[in-house]
Amino acid sequence: MPSRQIYFDNNATTPLHPEVKKELVAAMEMFGNPSSMHAFGREARANVEDARHRVAAFMGADESEIVFTGSGSEANNTVLSLFACGSGQCFPGMRPKIVTSRIEHPCILETSQCLVHRGVDVSYLDVDGYGKVDIRQLEEQLKAGGVGLVSVMMANNEIGTIQDIAAISALAHEHGALMHTDAVQAFGKVPVDVNQLGVDFLTISGHKIYGPKGIGALYVRKKTPYCPFIRGGHQERGRRAGTENTLGIMGLAMAVDMRKAEMESEAERLLGLKEVLRKGIEERIDDALFNGHPTDSVPNTLNVSFPGAEGESILLYLDLAGIAVSTGSACASGSLDPSHVLLATGVDAERAHGSIRISMGRTTTLDEVEYLLDVLPGIIERIRNMSTAYIKGGAHAAIR
Amino acid sequence: MLQSGEWAYTEKLKEHFESPKNILQGNDTSAFDGVGMEGNLQCGDQMMVAIKVDKESEKIIDCQWKTYGCASAIASTSILSEMVKGMTLDQAFNISPKEVAKELGGLPENKIHCSVLGDKALRAAINDYFIRNGMNDRVQKVQARTVCQCMNVTDHDIEEAVLEGARTFYELQEHTKISTVCGLCKEDAEAELQKYVHLHFGA
Repeated sequence: MPSRQIYFDNNATTPLHPEVKKELVAAMEMFGNPSSMHAFGREARANVEDARHRVAAFMGADESEIVFTGSGSEANNTVLSLFACGSGQCFPGMRPKIVTSRIEHPCILETSQCLVHRGVDVSYLDVDGYGKVDIRQLEEQLKAGGVGLVSVMMANNEIGTIQDIAAISALAHEHGALMHTDAVQAFGKVPVDVNQLGVDFLTISGHKIYGPKGIGALYVRKKTPYCPFIRGGHQERGRRAGTENTLGIMGLAMAVDMRKAEMESEAERLLGLKEVLRKGIEERIDDALFNGHPTDSVPNTLNVSFPGAEGESILLYLDLAGIAVSTGSACASGSLDPSHVLLATGVDAERAHGSIRISMGRTTTLDEVEYLLDVLPGIIERIRNMSTAYIKGGAHAAIR
Repeated sequence: MLQSGEWAYTEKLKEHFESPKNILQGNDTSAFDGVGMEGNLQCGDQMMVAIKVDKESEKIIDCQWKTYGCASAIASTSILSEMVKGMTLDQAFNISPKEVAKELGGLPENKIHCSVLGDKALRAAINDYFIRNGMNDRVQKVQARTVCQCMNVTDHDIEEAVLEGARTFYELQEHTKISTVCGLCKEDAEAELQKYVHLHFGA
């Protein structure tokens, strides 16, 4: 076992906030079904509705506009699936055409692929070198007509780039389309206000903000057409069947309260650490290439490529040194393709293969950042020393 | 089921990843008798193998390498470089990816493809030795055979698709578009598919 264990993978998931942990332990005593009319049920109901109010308030929404789900992925699936229903019963005038982007989370991309088989027209917006969506291309798509939904993520999970959701929403509405944003990676890191953003749907998740796993929420603006993804119960005003995850919901609300208290000062601190990290890498490692937008980015995320060093080997040598980062490189995640996000930004496959994502969080300290800066240069040098990428001539081409 | 703290890889693989054997120091291969390289950086895997050969016995006396790739790729080349020392060129030429994987105590299925480049690079190095020593007649080219004329798909492409996860004919078509035009090669393609599935993943 390495002497220390440092966690730089907060975009994958976060440790529970101590206050959330306390809340969960207390909530475990309360087992009533919120739908029951007796005292046990009423107590659970009161807690669920109180939590709904707190979650709604933090994003400037009304509590009637919050639907609790089992995850961010479920919330995203729910929105997209609205557009695959051909009956027109609960969504009169629905236009089966969706515009999304090339850098969305797989739960959007794979769901849209599936919708194509179900007769929905889906198109994907390109992004520039920083990962910003092409607004002019969006306008063209919208002008062509028939677009029912625009779905663009607020902050990207791999490179951290933040989109101008307010502008995209305004454009979508101008052309009669609804607007959804997957704000899983933005919510709790930067201010998210549904009215400032002007969105009709917005997705959040509990475990990315020091809350429990297995809980997410979908914001659905009043009077927006809606159809439940999971049926068979009156819960969530008939919008999501299944007995409420009281524990998860209360944990999520406590996590939101803590974000409300800590987010602003935390953001400033993390931006400072990110600068230390960026400068340190630049100074100590040759040919380090940073990915994503230099300023329009969530404060905790730094994505960097080291040509000549493959991402999974960087990740695993760091793991042996007790440092946890992640890679979009595919070898690690099981498929063989490099990160679709980095490729969409126009970087070549080699640069995409050699990328790691460092995502800090509320527990990250300057000392930890300095430890990473002490360890990383040696690892990159070691990998490059054994890499074919640095052979200068001398090797013969392959003979098959 | 993984125990807490355990890697997705075997201990043997981890050992060769942590302390790889026989890495070529620097980038000068002029002291070697044969050099071969396979793969490319864009695909995420590239391996270079350099061998020294005892002319009399045709035994490999030294094998050094460089690899760009994931942990499986690094460990496979490392263990391969140990395996071939003392082997004759003919023995070394016939090492299969399966034997490399076996030496490592097994590889996760999605990583098998990482181990196939090492033995290809080794064969390229052996052929390079034959060419340098005027034994062109002994160069064994593993030539690709075109299976699907319409879409120009070779048996090597089929092998590649299998290593990337294709198991059924439908999946093979998703990967290669094989037999999607005239369909005449379907039987041949299915047989090749079975052959490579058996070769790489069969018991």
